[in-house]
Amino acid sequence: MRDDIALQVRDLRVHYHTPLGAVRAVDGVSFDLKAGERLGLVGESGSGKSTVAMALMRLIKPPGRIESGAALLDNVDIFTLPEPEMRRLRLSSIALVAQGAMNSLNPVIRVRNQIVDALRDHGETDANAQMEARIRALLASVGLPPEVADKYPHQLSGGMKQRVVIAIAISLRAKVIIADEPTSALDVVVQRQVIETLRRVQKEIGASIIMVGHDMGLMAQFVDRLGVMYAGTLAETCDIEALFREPLHPYSQLLIASLPTLDRKGAFQGIRGLTPSLLNRSSGCSFRSRCPRAMERCSIDTPVLREVRPNHFVACHLYEMTAAELTP
Amino acid sequence: MQAILEARGVKKVYGGGMRGPRMTAVDDFSLAISDEPSITALVGESGSGKTTIARLLLGLTDPSEGEVLYKGADLRKLPSAAKREFRRDVQVIFQDPFEAYNPFYKVDHVLQTPVLNFGLAASRRDARRLIEETLRAVGLRPEETLGRYPHQLSGGQRQRIMVARALLIRPRVIIADEPASMVDASLRAIILGSLRQLYDQFGISLIYITHDLTTAYQISQNVIVLYRGLVAEVGDAERVVREPKHPYTQLLIGSIPYPDPHRPWKGEELPAETGSNADDGCRFAPRCPKAMPMCRKSAPPMYRTEAHRAAACYLYREAEPLASAEIGKVLIGGAPKAAHTPMGVVTPGV
Repeated sequence: MRDDIALQVRDLRVHYHTPLGAVRAVDGVSFDLKAGERLGLVGESGSGKSTVAMALMRLIKPPGRIESGAALLDNVDIFTLPEPEMRRLRLSSIALVAQGAMNSLNPVIRVRNQIVDALRDHGETDANAQMEARIRALLASVGLPPEVADKYPHQLSGGMKQRVVIAIAISLRAKVIIADEPTSALDVVVQRQVIETLRRVQKEIGASIIMVGHDMGLMAQFVDRLGVMYAGTLAETCDIEALFREPLHPYSQLLIASLPTLDRKGAFQGIRGLTPSLLNRSSGCSFRSRCPRAMERCSIDTPVLREVRPNHFVACHLYEMTAAELTP
Repeated sequence: MQAILEARGVKKVYGGGMRGPRMTAVDDFSLAISDEPSITALVGESGSGKTTIARLLLGLTDPSEGEVLYKGADLRKLPSAAKREFRRDVQVIFQDPFEAYNPFYKVDHVLQTPVLNFGLAASRRDARRLIEETLRAVGLRPEETLGRYPHQLSGGQRQRIMVARALLIRPRVIIADEPASMVDASLRAIILGSLRQLYDQFGISLIYITHDLTTAYQISQNVIVLYRGLVAEVGDAERVVREPKHPYTQLLIGSIPYPDPHRPWKGEELPAETGSNADDGCRFAPRCPKAMPMCRKSAPPMYRTEAHRAAACYLYREAEPLASAEIGKVLIGGAPKAAHTPMGVVTPGV
């Protein structure tokens, strides 16, 4: 594993086992997260983006199960670790900023004790005075006054709670931070504050971030590189500029065309059709039924993600044809 | 001309007495929806009072002060026949379509009920035909939707059935409360397209309630920006978005994450709200970068800065003041304009 790669994910598969069969929520996802990089994962609901995040934290609950794959963090495959070791790794090496901070803080415990709990649980043995200084510093780093430590979660606004969650996530200077829709319940003004906070602390501690979400605007503002997920697989990954400049996968193209802006009225379009069932998948491209450029081959072969331009990966048959095939 | 639906100086206070501190959710709000179809967006963050206004306009909650009128009569005093007419003329589409369905019934039920209740069809066959036509009008294929249970449909389909249900009754006004906030971008465009079509094709007025100024701009003629229960700015959507007057609207527009990596967030990052909710002075003053001493003394009235817009901000105190009851003066109404490009739709424009 190269030094500049913080996390290497290979062929991750997560299935949910139901009486009707296995729902293949994540069906072979591979990517590298570079050190200090901000990587986004977008997709519609059901595309598997949050499942990838949860799998990397090893927090998939039954009937879900990580079927196969590897996730290398410091040359250790975290999927093979025994649970006690994984528990130590969480927060100290790989931390989660969960969706909806309201639900991830304990409502009956003061903020201070929630931070202390997390630190003590990971073997931090600071004396009380030192611990107090640490809490102040942590809260300050996310732009919160020290009094917040004495509050219960319900006494804080949504944006403040989300920043407390970020403070906890960075408390042990994890190498990898996973942020699952960190601002989905917040208003645009507060959303911007939380995202700017996240960016600041990420730079400060030199962590890498995987941000999961569906807001392309937020991704454009925050991430360096983006992975577009569709029906449990990656359709395209590339630098964020490249994706907005020239999206290659037809799904990415339609996704970008569906974004309303303040520039021009009426200049956005929805994507017709439905996402395919993840149960009993057939071969072929899962986007073909909605794809305006589907070909015969799309219902036969499943396209694989390949590098069609430097650092630009796409899983689509359109980019697999040779020059001879393209000119009839 | 009498308005179909009108709010006059409406105020709603929650709490007080034994139920904890008083909270004014909406203060001195006026709006009139006339005969001429229009699309008006109510935009605000959570806590701005936008959903309370929806509930007041629907008669789901009574105002603490002021009144809501249907064709000139107070909603609270409507005789039952008029109430029934009101229920037909004013329809609602809620945020989460899933909560509007009974999971044990097929989706047909939610469409058949209004047909039966309002006697919209003479026979079973007529009813079926009407329902199918309406589904097609919002871009759904009846054979793919009827006979199914709500969980078998996608979020976009469920919400469009709600649009179809509202359309079935041919109301005059539809109030849509965050109708597209629970779905992905690709579906959002389709739902907003269906709503816009109700206005374009059927001349139904729309009150679109949202936190998303971008979609408000996309589908409406008028925008009303709310801040903590008060109107901050109102006017022609195009003008408000191009050149926001109120510092709050400026903040809101500057905070929208643009889907373009080369256009970073504009302006300064503002301090988070301080939580102080002083009744004196402008409610936005504690966060306002342009606050002046006078802003903390008394709340500013609205000033009419242009023919079709007004802002409640002392920065514009040179302009003609506008009483909140006169808000209608700056709103634009008018027949659907064919020039509008239909979005993500469905049947070609008629």
